[in-house]
Amino acid sequence: MIRFLWKGLIRDRSRSLFPILIVMAGSFLTVFLYCWIGGVQNDMIWSNAAFQTGHVKIMSRAYAKEADQLPNDLALMGVDRLMRALKKDYPEMIWLPRIRFGGLLDIPDENMETRSQAPVMGLGIRLLDQKSPEREILNLKSALVRGRLPEKAGEVLISDMLANQLKIDPGRQATLISSTMFGSMAMANFMIVGTVRFGVTAMDRGALVADIGDVQNALDMNDAAGEIVGFFTDHIYRDKIALQMERTFNAKFSKENDEFSPQMIPLSQQNGLGEMLAMTQKASTFMISIFVFVMSIVLWNTGLMSSIRRYGEIGVRLAMGEAKGHVYRSLIYESLIIGFVGAFAGSVLGLAVSFYLQIHGVNFGALMKNSTILISEIMRARVTPASYFIGFVPGLFAPLIGTSISGIGIYKRQTCQLFKELEV
Amino acid sequence: MKIQHTIMIILLASVAFAQKYSGDEILDKVDEGMTAQTKIFVAKMIVHGRRGSRTIESKSWVQGTEKSFTEYLAPAREKGTKMLKLGDQLWTYSPQTDRIIKIAGHILRQSLMGSDLSYEDMMEDPHLNHIYTAQVTGEEMIADRPCWVLQLTAKTSHVAYHTRKIWVDKERFIILREYRFAKSGKLLKTTDITDVFQVDGRWYPKRILFKDQLRKGKGTEFILESIKFNSAIPSYLFSKATLRK
Repeated sequence: MIRFLWKGLIRDRSRSLFPILIVMAGSFLTVFLYCWIGGVQNDMIWSNAAFQTGHVKIMSRAYAKEADQLPNDLALMGVDRLMRALKKDYPEMIWLPRIRFGGLLDIPDENMETRSQAPVMGLGIRLLDQKSPEREILNLKSALVRGRLPEKAGEVLISDMLANQLKIDPGRQATLISSTMFGSMAMANFMIVGTVRFGVTAMDRGALVADIGDVQNALDMNDAAGEIVGFFTDHIYRDKIALQMERTFNAKFSKENDEFSPQMIPLSQQNGLGEMLAMTQKASTFMISIFVFVMSIVLWNTGLMSSIRRYGEIGVRLAMGEAKGHVYRSLIYESLIIGFVGAFAGSVLGLAVSFYLQIHGVNFGALMKNSTILISEIMRARVTPASYFIGFVPGLFAPLIGTSISGIGIYKRQTCQLFKELEV
Repeated sequence: MKIQHTIMIILLASVAFAQKYSGDEILDKVDEGMTAQTKIFVAKMIVHGRRGSRTIESKSWVQGTEKSFTEYLAPAREKGTKMLKLGDQLWTYSPQTDRIIKIAGHILRQSLMGSDLSYEDMMEDPHLNHIYTAQVTGEEMIADRPCWVLQLTAKTSHVAYHTRKIWVDKERFIILREYRFAKSGKLLKTTDITDVFQVDGRWYPKRILFKDQLRKGKGTEFILESIKFNSAIPSYLFSKATLRK
């Protein structure tokens, strides 16, 4: 039966080519857009998580309220003790203390007088430990443009754009001017040993990356940190687990009447990322629903046209005594073959393009020169296990639904009228 | 009847006394008391932050209104930090970095040593009548002292505070309270002089509470430990080279 139908489809291209092309185009678009939207969303989430929010972030309640202003005077104290508690209570997470700070980087001339200055956005992280997860999270090895990664205290990295702006090369001494935790002016000398480019405009404009120990010394933040960020070990954000963790942590450590008690906030409740996650999820669902609906309409129409074109054929088949149910089923089987071939070809094509964009990406750097949001300049698609069937399943069923609806017309044919119709 | 007469006489006398001075003349007298050829003083600044208080001690040498040199004596982290003001320029030296950095631009608006004062406040011309015109708007009692209330309006737009409201002690010609406003009318800083003392025949603030209204916290207390007027100050002190010594 299948062989018979297959031959029919191959030999009568008008019956198969157009429907297959439609299903293929639809499946391709679904797979590609699903991978692209997912990839861009993933890039955006990861850029935010890696540089700012973590998958969860712990701050003092007071710091959390004014986090945009980097109020290190409200930073967490007793960080070592808190880190021990976190590692004990949530061993499945990577916990990292960080200090974010603003300041000025002053480059001296040969007389140690100011030669040039530029504002910097500082990030104090566990940098000196070769095995520090920060190196992988911030992708420091790949981000390195010139020089090397810091190996000892007092060595820092700055963004390549900033180095070019200040006209300096690695190996140069610089003075950081900032504020201590107590608001006094903080001045500390550092050796710039390398320049980095993260591919995130907001960071690349003026980042200074230093070891957290050096930053604690410079900003008078002994055993203190602005924030502790937590990451799932596989770097994939899971909102339900993060929310559960938030509840248990805050119930244990956070006190409403103590503005300096720690408070955990999951990624979805920071920087409007929750809304963005929900929005892209909805957009994705909407897009697939629209695809299935439109495809069904188009293929229903195709089925109707085919039925009209094959009006005579179906009539003859019925006149020869073929049961209406049999004719109907054969059309359904045909549509399944069309759906399978089209959906398979469309999915393969969509996956191929998505894989290419997953590796190479598209550089939107030119459009983000003044961007302040944390998003990678190179946006990539992301192929996930769901990508393999997200276009295939609707592609397979859309012609089926279309044919099922249009095929009902077979049951409206009157056997007594057939010869009269065939005479025409 | 006698009481009514007495009150009338007091009221008339105070009106007559008020009319004796215009706003600008009162301001002149205030400036006269606050400025000297030279000043050498040791001060303590207690910064009451959200997490607690800390005390910063310093010694300053001031010549006229253009030159000043400050060395921080405590706490240990700030010890040896120096600041030099020459005209409208300000440099700071930190012993940890052995660097002299010019403080300019937006840093001038930042907090001085974490206090409620900014570098801009430190740079301000102490002669208020150079930058403001004054108008007497009323009379009030501050800490049981009769005061004139003066409204100061900036003569130029290049000032940190567009308007000020000051309460001047009628007898001692010393400011006892001050509100500083932005051009929008927003209250930026308040100053309350809670103690005064007399040195070399002039009344001078001994304890001042500064409060930056845009910051949370309980303000900064400035306590003048000692002050000498018109003592000789060697000129080399007001040079960048001295910052490193």
